Amino acid sequence: MTTTIDNPVMRPVTTIPVPVTTYLTPDGQLVSSVPVGASYADGSPLEWGDPLVPGAVVLDEQVAPRASWSGVVRAGQVLTIVDVGGNQSGDCLLYNAHHTDERYSAPDTLAWQDNAYIRTGTVLRSNLGRALMTVVGNEIDRQDTIGGACSRESNTLRYGHHVMYHHGCRENFLTEGAKHGLGMRDIVSNINWFMNVPVEEDGALGIVDGMSAPGKRVALRAEIDTLVLISNCPQMNNPCNDFNPTPLRMIVSEPDVDYEADA
Amino acid sequence: MAPVADHSTDTVLNARADARAQGGQVSDWMPYLPASTSPFCPDDVDPESLTWAETVAPGSYTHKVLARGTRFRLEDPTGEACAHTLVYNALEPTERLNVADTQKIPWQAYLGAGHPLLSGDGRVLATILTDTSGRHDAFCGTSTAAWNALRYGTALPEGPAPAGRDLFVKAAAKHGLGPADVPPSVSFFQGVRVAEDGSFDWFGSSGAGTSVELVAELPLIVLIANVPHPRDPRPEYIVGPLRVHAWRTPETTPTTPADERFDASPEVRRAYLNTLDYAEARGL
Ligand SMILES: [Zn+2]
Repeated sequence: MTTTIDNPVMRPVTTIPVPVTTYLTPDGQLVSSVPVGASYADGSPLEWGDPLVPGAVVLDEQVAPRASWSGVVRAGQVLTIVDVGGNQSGDCLLYNAHHTDERYSAPDTLAWQDNAYIRTGTVLRSNLGRALMTVVGNEIDRQDTIGGACSRESNTLRYGHHVMYHHGCRENFLTEGAKHGLGMRDIVSNINWFMNVPVEEDGALGIVDGMSAPGKRVALRAEIDTLVLISNCPQMNNPCNDFNPTPLRMIVSEPDVDYEADA
Repeated sequence: MAPVADHSTDTVLNARADARAQGGQVSDWMPYLPASTSPFCPDDVDPESLTWAETVAPGSYTHKVLARGTRFRLEDPTGEACAHTLVYNALEPTERLNVADTQKIPWQAYLGAGHPLLSGDGRVLATILTDTSGRHDAFCGTSTAAWNALRYGTALPEGPAPAGRDLFVKAAAKHGLGPADVPPSVSFFQGVRVAEDGSFDWFGSSGAGTSVELVAELPLIVLIANVPHPRDPRPEYIVGPLRVHAWRTPETTPTTPADERFDASPEVRRAYLNTLDYAEARGL
């Protein structure tokens, strides 16, 4: 049963070519055999937008298609998220930046406001019922917190095992969460900025074509110091990003003192 | 891969139909369920005995909890795979692969047939039963994001050059384990040898079609990241698909005193004794 090799060093070696693709990297080009997922098509309209509230910008970062992002928004600061390419789901989780056991709670958020959708004025509440952030600006009809995040595992249920190797939002949450000491048990039901999940009269529920457009924005005022995790959804099997993953822009501003929020 | 536009997803019913139309497809890298349907079942294995069958994509990872006594075989169909591997006692994952003991206790740096994968608790987590490659490594561990950024100019987990450690962190998370639970790993199918001056000589692959087969001496959490060896000298990020098959039959038992390898050395004998003692006490 046991096979031993007399002289592995002298063994003639024949490898079979593995297909490769050339990718653009910050350093130039890289030839790689990794089956990386799609990014937006050439010529896709991109609108980078501006902060939704007046004030001094303290952070301004881009989230590449398929990538993850995290940052702390201090109490009183406003985070503007720009849907640069339109209908790009920004899967989002929030945590009390100082005690991450306190984190975003979809059921508390919905029950307190007696409505299934997030709109201007929605208070994004924690699992302790406290306000983490408030939606102070919103340029699409309604935002989703029912549809959850895609994952390698749930993709096998939705589409089949042939897509299990595709990148997913739960992968992004694990990657980004690990930078803050967060793991599997810290991933809870999330918000999906710019994603459309209607609940129809007969209870039918699902992700359908979005209502957003390039440059549409949402603005969130932090009520306490809030750690924000974002997965720029890489899903290529449903319309949560128009089947065309585009960037997001994250802008944190210190709003002007005389600024009156909508909410 | 270009974005796909031919979808009708304006209503929930249309979105459902669109999603369901994608079922039943196959890809080059996927798990096969049930495992008995694997198109790549090894010739000497009864497909009905398979408990895990999967082709791992280049730059991807897999993980599984295996019953004690399970045989698992890793195959490198192209000669370009590199199976960075970690094993944990599934019952008490603080017991995990200890690479230092794995090299030191058997008095042997290079992994091959008969080599035990030891935990830090004096027990054998898995034994390498067969090896047709002979090109493995227990010195260099797997790649980190910092290393890949240096080597390839990028290391994003979703990009063309993911780091092995970042894949391990995600695989570990799916078993309740955190970044601190990812210890040094071993890798199969790409070898290095220590030169006289201590430098690592790159021996690379032993060619297409080789395999290693292991037996789970305890219930195991197995994590595998399929990424290039950190000392792979090529400027390209090249790694081939990895095949994984695991199976269990009445004959596939953990190592017992009846097996020749139980007494292969005084050290390994005591390691097997410790393992059996633990299993007996736990009622395994
Ligand atoms: Zn997603």
